[in-house]
Amino acid sequence: MVWESSLPGSKASKSILYIPKNLKADKDDLILVYGKGSLNAVSGVDGEVLWKKDFSGESIEVSHIIQSSDVIYVTGFVDSSKISVYGLNAKNGELLENNHAALPFGTFGELLSVSGDMFVVLDEMRSKIVIVHLRNGEISYNQKHISDLTKDLAGQAVILPSRLPGMFALNINSYVLLIKVTNQGELVLVDKVNNGAAVSDSLSISEDEHAFAFVHYGDNKIHLSVKNVNDWNHDLLKESIVIDHQKGKIDKIFVNNYVRTDRSHGFRALMVMEDHSLLLVQQGEIVWSREDGLASVVDVTTSELPVQKEGVSVAKVEQNLFEWLKGHMLKLKGTLMIASPDDLAAIQALRLRSSEKSKMTRDHNGFRKLLIVLTRAGKVFALHTGDGRVVWSILLPSLHKSEACENPVGLHIYQWQVPHHHALDENPSVLVVGQCGPSLSTPAVLSFIDAYTGMELKSLSPAHTAAQVIPLPHTDSTEQRLHLIIDDKQHAYLYPRTPEAIDILKHEFSNVYWYSVDADNGVIRGHALKSNCIQEAVDEYCFDFRDLWSVVFPSESEKIIATMTRKSNEVVHTQAKVMTDYDVMYKYISKNLLFVANAAPKAAGEIGTVIPEEAWLVIYILDTVTGRILHRMTHHGCQGPVHAVFSENWVVYHYFNLRAHRYEMSVVEIYDQSRADNKDVWRFVLGKHNLTSPVSSYSRPEVIAKSQSYFFTHSVKAIEVTSTAKGITSKQLLIGTIGDQVLALDKRFLDPRRTVNPSQAEKEDGIIPLTDSLPIIPQSYITHALKVEGLRGIVTVPAKLESTSLVFAYGVDLFFTQIAPSRTYDSLTEDFSYALLLLTIVALVAAIFVTWVLSERKDLQDKWR
Amino acid sequence: MDKGKGVMGSNARRWAVDFSDNSTSPSSRDVPDPPGFSRASIDQDDSTLSRQKKDAESNWKAQKAWEVAQAPFKNLLMMGFMMWMAGSTVHLFSIGITFSALWQPISALQSVGKIFEPYKDSRVELLGPKLLFIALNLGGLALGVWKLNALGLLPTHTSDWVSSLPPAQEVEYSGGGLNLS
Repeated sequence: MVWESSLPGSKASKSILYIPKNLKADKDDLILVYGKGSLNAVSGVDGEVLWKKDFSGESIEVSHIIQSSDVIYVTGFVDSSKISVYGLNAKNGELLENNHAALPFGTFGELLSVSGDMFVVLDEMRSKIVIVHLRNGEISYNQKHISDLTKDLAGQAVILPSRLPGMFALNINSYVLLIKVTNQGELVLVDKVNNGAAVSDSLSISEDEHAFAFVHYGDNKIHLSVKNVNDWNHDLLKESIVIDHQKGKIDKIFVNNYVRTDRSHGFRALMVMEDHSLLLVQQGEIVWSREDGLASVVDVTTSELPVQKEGVSVAKVEQNLFEWLKGHMLKLKGTLMIASPDDLAAIQALRLRSSEKSKMTRDHNGFRKLLIVLTRAGKVFALHTGDGRVVWSILLPSLHKSEACENPVGLHIYQWQVPHHHALDENPSVLVVGQCGPSLSTPAVLSFIDAYTGMELKSLSPAHTAAQVIPLPHTDSTEQRLHLIIDDKQHAYLYPRTPEAIDILKHEFSNVYWYSVDADNGVIRGHALKSNCIQEAVDEYCFDFRDLWSVVFPSESEKIIATMTRKSNEVVHTQAKVMTDYDVMYKYISKNLLFVANAAPKAAGEIGTVIPEEAWLVIYILDTVTGRILHRMTHHGCQGPVHAVFSENWVVYHYFNLRAHRYEMSVVEIYDQSRADNKDVWRFVLGKHNLTSPVSSYSRPEVIAKSQSYFFTHSVKAIEVTSTAKGITSKQLLIGTIGDQVLALDKRFLDPRRTVNPSQAEKEDGIIPLTDSLPIIPQSYITHALKVEGLRGIVTVPAKLESTSLVFAYGVDLFFTQIAPSRTYDSLTEDFSYALLLLTIVALVAAIFVTWVLSERKDLQDKWR
Repeated sequence: MDKGKGVMGSNARRWAVDFSDNSTSPSSRDVPDPPGFSRASIDQDDSTLSRQKKDAESNWKAQKAWEVAQAPFKNLLMMGFMMWMAGSTVHLFSIGITFSALWQPISALQSVGKIFEPYKDSRVELLGPKLLFIALNLGGLALGVWKLNALGLLPTHTSDWVSSLPPAQEVEYSGGGLNLS
């Protein structure tokens, strides 16, 4: 790399890169960069910023930079109805002129450059095309009704963002109009394509020839045409291809040319599909395709694989026998080193195939599962944990753009039905919750998907919104989990909508609570179910809440920056923690705990923007049923971002210490003091204790918290904790580092009982001497040398084997592994020699038999003597 | 035939001599005993001899019984020494010794009757040795249990009972958090 410069700025804005032609300022080639509200002229030689013009004070939204000899024109809209142009001296950035032109109407969409100084934009009614002409900084415009161009089309038009010389494409009612702009600013309709999908940018293939591609649908096929911009009647290329309809529509198309052996131009097209997958099309065929939608995973859940069914067909056995023989022959060849490279490849493939890992059935240890991921494109994939292959995928029809639902987005995925009783003949299903737009006030979309087949079982488009989804700890008789979906007006809607679900909820009515975190106002509120909704339309599945409590943080000194709760499906094995002297501490284990981290409002931004005296971090642990604050602690001179993980009775969080200029991690453990007097052994022997009887948060048990802090080298992208089937195995923290790796750190390192000089007994108990920073052991990176590019989240799932936890990390890359925090103490290693064990047993049995016979014979001889 | 039958039927024996004389006192008969014959002398002579013999035997038996009863004491000492050697950490050796220390007294107690069988005699008082034997074995057992406890293998602490208890169920359920999206 020759140079790199970063351009500071204060305002978020669009980024534009413009490289002017034949423009030199003191022999430097200029690069014009607009970003963060200012225009920078960067030297192409050394990356130095030659001059800078700040537009952040003006209200202009810069959309284009054009050059006319030595003057740079920066243009954009002010309030969507006023065009503004700034003329700058290219040599020094001096402001030469500033022109405005107010349109008598507002505009829709972005200004599109047609040629040099000509721009088009739609008016706010989307019925007129406005042609804007900037000649040497002077703004002139004229307008034309779309109905003047074509009579029979009416509707909302959209200008497609394809850059074509002297042309633009307009999408209206599934038609694509290609319109030519003459030098005089007149519009001429060139072509009208039905079912048009996408138009590429133009591609210059020779001096004055520009080609572009467009696709349209017809007869279940996709027709790709490449045309010359100037010669309309002649097709450079015309191809039709069939694309899997699960990939959706074509979003974008890019063309690229090559010269064939006969010196004619060939084209290949890269298509971006609606599900964010990529296809390269050449000579009428899909050369390759990539599921790039998997780079934007939104949420993950898992599903068990089908139970292995009894009985195997005869044909399968015969084939297996033959395959088996063949495989053994190959392996024999391999060991005798007479195998050809082809054979070696076959052996490798055979090993992969025959490995238990990729089977489509449930295994005894629970290592094989389906990872069901929801991507931003609204596509749901099922990935096999054995080899990461896509088992099925579905582009959700309910998350498709429609009249009622303009910009649907998938938000979360939940386990809806997990059959245990009828695992053989019922499939599990998942629930995808989405909404019709980016804002909370758009209606919700619910979709139920079969986890084995990937079929959408049903979909609902309820009238209410989905602000929150609460999976309740109850299931109905068909093992569907009850979910409460809470809308933005604080009504709760019960799903599944069956009378049985209502009965179950009625039974638990007084025990279901809901808390809401209002980060903008710094308030946490607690609510309880009250009654059915009071609305015009009677809906017995709708419930109202009453407010119970609220915790209001002082807005001048605290701002909520992070919250964390325990995972609802976490299993805890024991409620006691045994100290070295056989003493017992009772863990305060409650699922209704919330960790809240508040930063000073000034220090809520990036690291380095405040001095340590102005920064502090206040952490709270709240009970979300009663609103009681169990623990509060202040870290002075510290600031976010805070990443936290909550498990059992402890929370671990990561933040930045401004005074020490280092990241820190803290642990807080909460213990129940009200149980501490359960010390009499005889009460336990006789079973006269109430430690396992149900507890209520309203009993307000006295708690104590222990905490400790340590320095940590890395900044962190995500923290997770391993989860195992029964919660016996010790825990490891999984830390997604800034280097896009996952580090496994024993929870023992974050133990408030650590002291500088632990006693012998404490050492035997596994307490590590206290150090000021947490060690990073290179071997404990579970990603080894790999990087999970753009790591965003880590998910852990327990395997059936208690020692093992499955880890899935996602970002642009996906990574899956299984880890055993306390080693695999409950299973033999893979290289364990069963043959040796068997041999030993046989030898022992033989020895017993022989010695028994010998001793009998000796006894007999003794008796005869 | 009839007569004979009748005779046979009425009285099978015409006469009989009974040589046996169970009476010890000479006065029961008119005939005095032959000279040199003493009714009691055989018995008495024999009995003096055998009494001595039996006395010796029962003495020996009692002595032996006491010896057997005291045998576990040596065992106890040896066990104690071995336990001291084994140390107080849990490993194969210490566990083996502790369990043998527990097993020996138990098996000995089970077979108390069998061990004292050879010394059973109407004249020998076995209760004392038996009690001593049992007491010593119980002592051995106590030693074993004490060792077991010293190794931390007895559930005498609260922690041993609590660790297996699952966490208490919660009555309330609460969900929520930040809004989606």
